[in-house]
Amino acid sequence: MSRPAARLPVITAMLAFVLLGFMGGAAFPAAVEGVDANGQLEDHALQTRFERIASELRCLVCQNETIADSNADLAVDLRQQVREMLIAGKSDDAIFDFMTNRYGEFVRFKPPLELKTAFIWGAPFIMLLLGGFIVYRVVRHRSGMPVDDEPATGPGTN
Amino acid sequence: MWKFLLPFAAFVALVVLFAFGLNPSRDIHALPSPLIGKPAPAFTLTDLLEPSRPVSNETLKGQVYVLNVFATWCVPCREEHAALLAISQQHVVPIIGLNWKDQRESAKQWLAQLGNPYQAVAFDGDGRAAIDWGVYGAPETYLVDGQGRVIFKFISPMTQQEWDREFMPRIAAARRGGA
Repeated sequence: MSRPAARLPVITAMLAFVLLGFMGGAAFPAAVEGVDANGQLEDHALQTRFERIASELRCLVCQNETIADSNADLAVDLRQQVREMLIAGKSDDAIFDFMTNRYGEFVRFKPPLELKTAFIWGAPFIMLLLGGFIVYRVVRHRSGMPVDDEPATGPGTN
Repeated sequence: MWKFLLPFAAFVALVVLFAFGLNPSRDIHALPSPLIGKPAPAFTLTDLLEPSRPVSNETLKGQVYVLNVFATWCVPCREEHAALLAISQQHVVPIIGLNWKDQRESAKQWLAQLGNPYQAVAFDGDGRAAIDWGVYGAPETYLVDGQGRVIFKFISPMTQQEWDREFMPRIAAARRGGA
């Protein structure tokens, strides 16, 4: 009789735990990613910009990670470079240009939308249109066909 | 007609794509340097062997030279060291070392032990000069022409064969162009 009541705190605790997990993830993303091994920037706005820029620059050593996620030596150095440029009052574009001039377009984890990169950005939509067109053709073709659910006529059909 | 041509065209397109994409001799991690054809980034660092002496690539202006990025923690650098020594003995161009994020003492010891192929070694302890050059691994070897432009970047351990194939023709062309 007292069992459901006894269970309630347990369930509440679990729920709180899960919720905290979500909130923790949202509130301290930097701590999770280990961005700030070298210390937080004091200015909160700068720190926010730093985290965004670092998550848009590719670590050249481990090429599928951003410099925000990577603990490679070079990523640490590049994060430091970004921090110093932010403190020196450089704009986001100036920082991205600095990196691109040295490491090439590849350093942009999220390529900017330009004429050169239009295909990369447009390809999913082209695929979607192509797929839609194929589905349309198939459906139209099939709707013209006789209904295929008549019982089999005699033995030997397969 | 289309029924035949369309799949065939798709097949040809795939063959071309795979021939490029799955080519085993293509190094998918090698990145083209945006520096090619651009002025070599200037650096002034201290000499590895004599910390009181500055080493700058400004003094090399007008000459074709090679910049080799190395470190004692880099295993392939040790692998290429013998080839670099042999190449330096052929006295084709000055080879400048960039000692990247290393300990001064261990680098000195390394050169004392294995021999020194470099005309001068710049000590880049914090890796700032390397960032300017777009270095992302070691060893990396750059070729700079007489106008001070980077004309080639080589991203694997140096061998005599690679030197003869990739560097010698470019050095010859740079000298013809610069004369």
